[in-house]
Amino acid sequence: MTDRSGSQGRVAHALLGVSAAWLALAALPAHAATDELTLYTTREAALIQPLISAFSAQSNIKVNTVFVKDGLLERVKAEGARSPADVLMTVDIGNLVDLVEGGVTQPVKSAALESAIPANLRGADGQWFALSLRARVLYADKNQPLTSFRYEDLANPKYKGKVCIRAGQHPYNTALVAAMIAHDGEAKTEQWLRGVKANLARKATGGDRDVARDILGGICDIGVANSYYVGQMKSAKEGTDARKWGDAIKVIRPTFANAKSGGTHVNISGAAVAKNAPQRANAVKLLEFLVSEPAQALYAQTNYEYPVRKGVALDPIIGQTIGALKVDPLPLTEIAKHRKQASALVDKVGFDQ
Amino acid sequence: MSSPLHLDSLQLAYDTPRGPHTVVDGFSLDLAAGEIACLFGPSGCGKTTVLRAIAGFEPVRAGTIRLGDTLLSSPQKHLPPEQRRVGMMFQEYALFPHLSAAKNVAFGLRRLDRAAQQARVAEMLALVGLAEAGERYPHELSGGQQQRIALARALAPSPAVLLLDEPFSNLDGGTRERLTAEVRGILKKAGQTAILVTHNEAEAHAMADRIGVMHNGRITHWLETAPSPAP
Amino acid sequence: MLMSRRQPPGLRAAGPAWRCASLLIALGVLAPVLTLAWLAFGSGVGHWGPLFAHVLPQAALNTALLLAGVGTLVLVIGTGCAWLVTAHDFPGRGVLNWALLLPLAMPTYIVAFAYLDLLHPIGPVQGAIRWMLGFDSPRQFRLPDLRSMPGAIFVLGFVLYPYVYMTARAMFMTQPAHLLEAARTLGESRRGAFFRVALPLARPALAVGLSLALLETLNDIGASEFLGVNTLTVAVYTTWITRSDLAGAAQIACAMLFVVVALVWLERNGRQHQRFGSTQRMRAVQPRRLHGGAAWAATATATLPVLVGFVAPALYLVWESGKRLHQGGGISQGLVASLGNTLALAAGVTVVAVAAGLVVAWASRSQGTSPNRARWQARAATLGYAVPGTVLAIGLLTPALAFDAALAGAMGWQGLPLMGAGIVLVVACAIRFLAMPVGGIEAGLARIPPAIEQASRLLGETTGGTLRRVHLPLLQPAIAAGALLVFVDAMKELPATLLLRPANFDTLATWLYAEAARGTYEEGAIAALAIVLAGLLPVVLLARNQLGTTPAVTPPDTTDPA
Repeated sequence: MTDRSGSQGRVAHALLGVSAAWLALAALPAHAATDELTLYTTREAALIQPLISAFSAQSNIKVNTVFVKDGLLERVKAEGARSPADVLMTVDIGNLVDLVEGGVTQPVKSAALESAIPANLRGADGQWFALSLRARVLYADKNQPLTSFRYEDLANPKYKGKVCIRAGQHPYNTALVAAMIAHDGEAKTEQWLRGVKANLARKATGGDRDVARDILGGICDIGVANSYYVGQMKSAKEGTDARKWGDAIKVIRPTFANAKSGGTHVNISGAAVAKNAPQRANAVKLLEFLVSEPAQALYAQTNYEYPVRKGVALDPIIGQTIGALKVDPLPLTEIAKHRKQASALVDKVGFDQ
Repeated sequence: MSSPLHLDSLQLAYDTPRGPHTVVDGFSLDLAAGEIACLFGPSGCGKTTVLRAIAGFEPVRAGTIRLGDTLLSSPQKHLPPEQRRVGMMFQEYALFPHLSAAKNVAFGLRRLDRAAQQARVAEMLALVGLAEAGERYPHELSGGQQQRIALARALAPSPAVLLLDEPFSNLDGGTRERLTAEVRGILKKAGQTAILVTHNEAEAHAMADRIGVMHNGRITHWLETAPSPAP
Repeated sequence: MLMSRRQPPGLRAAGPAWRCASLLIALGVLAPVLTLAWLAFGSGVGHWGPLFAHVLPQAALNTALLLAGVGTLVLVIGTGCAWLVTAHDFPGRGVLNWALLLPLAMPTYIVAFAYLDLLHPIGPVQGAIRWMLGFDSPRQFRLPDLRSMPGAIFVLGFVLYPYVYMTARAMFMTQPAHLLEAARTLGESRRGAFFRVALPLARPALAVGLSLALLETLNDIGASEFLGVNTLTVAVYTTWITRSDLAGAAQIACAMLFVVVALVWLERNGRQHQRFGSTQRMRAVQPRRLHGGAAWAATATATLPVLVGFVAPALYLVWESGKRLHQGGGISQGLVASLGNTLALAAGVTVVAVAAGLVVAWASRSQGTSPNRARWQARAATLGYAVPGTVLAIGLLTPALAFDAALAGAMGWQGLPLMGAGIVLVVACAIRFLAMPVGGIEAGLARIPPAIEQASRLLGETTGGTLRRVHLPLLQPAIAAGALLVFVDAMKELPATLLLRPANFDTLATWLYAEAARGTYEEGAIAALAIVLAGLLPVVLLARNQLGTTPAVTPPDTTDPA
């Protein structure tokens, strides 16, 4: 027994030594020899790392990133006046509006930002800015005879047992529901939600890529997911699972039945400058870089997103598979307004149960 | 009902990495119904092993064990303990800690209906002088009381033979003497065949009708005893 | 395993410094819980309408079903295998004895996504079945989806059974053999003896193991989310994130705490009733050798949980990692950094938790007059384990950052130093896992005979010196076991890390979660494999420490396993 405890003791001591050294190094206050900037973001590292690196290379500003999966607002609010956050970057218009209403952003006046971003894709007083767009599109089995589609068709009984979608409460979906409320009214939207629930092939859960996977697996024929995954999947290496899923689907840009303009529902990724930003000037520099042509090209080509700046080329796969985007002209702030309603409706219908 | 017990040329052994180690060899014993015998000897002489073989916890390499007309053990046949109608009292009391005294005594009476069980339990508790202790739990009883409940439990299903494995060695001197005499009285009154195993000479003389002195796996000689009359 | 409630006379109470420190620690643990309550009720109950009507009933029902299902499964698997290994000898018994603990190294979320892949219609298992049955495409034949309540029960049951196995095995190992023999002389078959004697006596230990497994189930967010089961914990999360209702989330969390309190009560109750253990010298159950068909059946039965709960997911991870490496993905520098961060975090948490546990356990020894007053601190300190990680992190944010700001202000430092250095994260995890060292060290202290301390004092040593020179060396096994459990759990920790981490800080778990959240499961496989490998060593050490292969004659040193 003693030498077992002894060996455990040795292992414990070794691990403690490593930890102490590491923590000591980590706890040393960073020497601010170079110009710095702190970014809090909910986007995954892989997506924004290329953008950050390009920025640092061009401006010589070191970017410290905190990847917060959830609770960005709570964290910044709790940090208060001493918060080191300079730029807050997130996805979904609802999250951005929450940040503004939570009082953790500050207004920015910048000619570069105002000229690059259309007015309906930024806050009126410069409290938030869209940096890229993503469309919520229809994935369909490539053998399906579909050429056009309306969001409302998802509730059509002919698709019973053939629809895959992620959780109704997920922000990507509640934004879509909110848009539908803005277009068709609450009563009709509730009916639509019940119809879609009845058509589900499996529980509303998982991720957007699972829609493609399940279409390949024969669980469903159609589903709703974001546009950038299409680029990721179809450009994956030959023989990988992702490629197989991507090759199994075709993509259609749905429209709203009522809207005469015939645009597709979009959501955004965006950013704001933090209220107590210690490095305000650097923060604005980062934002201006992200809407510049080289950065927007990165958004398009590396992330397969739709750039917010006019005139930037799309990634060829996106261009071929999905095509140029006609944005639904519904103001994004309208979507944000109906968000809570949408969420309550999803609960009422029991969509995720 | 008690039966006579016959052990014939028993060979018992343990398996060790170096091969079987014989503990008991050529052991024979004939016990009449209602007789109390004692196997007496130092630790390691094999007396407990013989007891466990009768109970069915040790396999028999050679020889036979018969209880009345039933063959219990032989190299070819081994009746499981639960089918043997052999009762046992252990050195460490072995009362079930999660059951009350009455439930302990009732443990082996599952084949009887409720009323019959209760009657038998009451009878047994009275027999060992603990009629009012039925609802108490083992940890609330003294050592001597626990052994009495253990006796009541073992006797309740009317075993053909009762085996006692040094049942009094954990008790203090005074209790031990008293209990030994009491138990002998109870067994004699019930006409119960019994085998006691002990290394305590006084106990052997007080309990048994005859004592088999064991050495190296065999009985070297028998002693007739003159135990005190039942109280 | 005896735990005396009254300390024998002659032991001096721990000094005021110890008690003060213990009080601070207990308050530190309670702070997040109290913050949660304040968040929950501070904003009134006006907006509860829709939550109550649509979300809560279903979430509560799902949680109840999940707990019932997982509880049944872990009891059957854990108790069955523990008895099988204790009372029988069959091929592979020596290895299976400790291998049955291996699923402890597997976080629930990793097993969930491994099986999502393995059992997907286009995955290997269904592919093989289709090939055998002669079908071409999944559209012609497919099995029911894993993303359902039965699927979640299956995954969680086969991963969490080791909690019951561990306690049941330790209990069966120390049961006196003659109790079972007595039952057999009274006419019970082997099966009857198991059900009427061995099982009832093991009930307290089973209660402890069951409550631990159920606490883990309640706390789980990853597996439940992946598998589409909307439990109360998932509801807390979605209410906070997608419904943007922190107060509502806090309210659901407070409601959950009632369930948690019930489970903790179950566990405490179980430990108290373990006085059924005999104090006398006794012979433990001798394993009975099985032959032929019965032996192989036993091997198969005992191997199945290990296969399902550990081997299959582990092989899947190895396969996927291999595929990824082969495709030229390589191991990114970020992943290596995450590994280092994970080890450092886990080690830091272990040091803090064990030190705090020692303080609390030592301070709660007190003499005669008010044994319960000091003990409440020990009980409070164990509350952290019962609170789900997300909930704890939210509750800790406000008080921790307020303290951080105050400290920085007082010392004239910039920003939020404690948060930035990851100290808040370490504290959060230490609070979460404090229960293990506290319980283990308390049990270890109870086993040290007072005579030893009295001897030391009579030889002129002070209380503090006795602690250092006598108690600590004797407590080494208890401390080591507690430290190992904390280390393993800290390595797998996810929700608190996601919320409280400093800049540029990723652990293996957060890396993996980011990949899974994006849907790029295969890239998370390497991170997942690293978590499992790193968690394997402590689990194996724990197994060898706690479970001897042959039953000992005297009761082995069975530390309360968390």
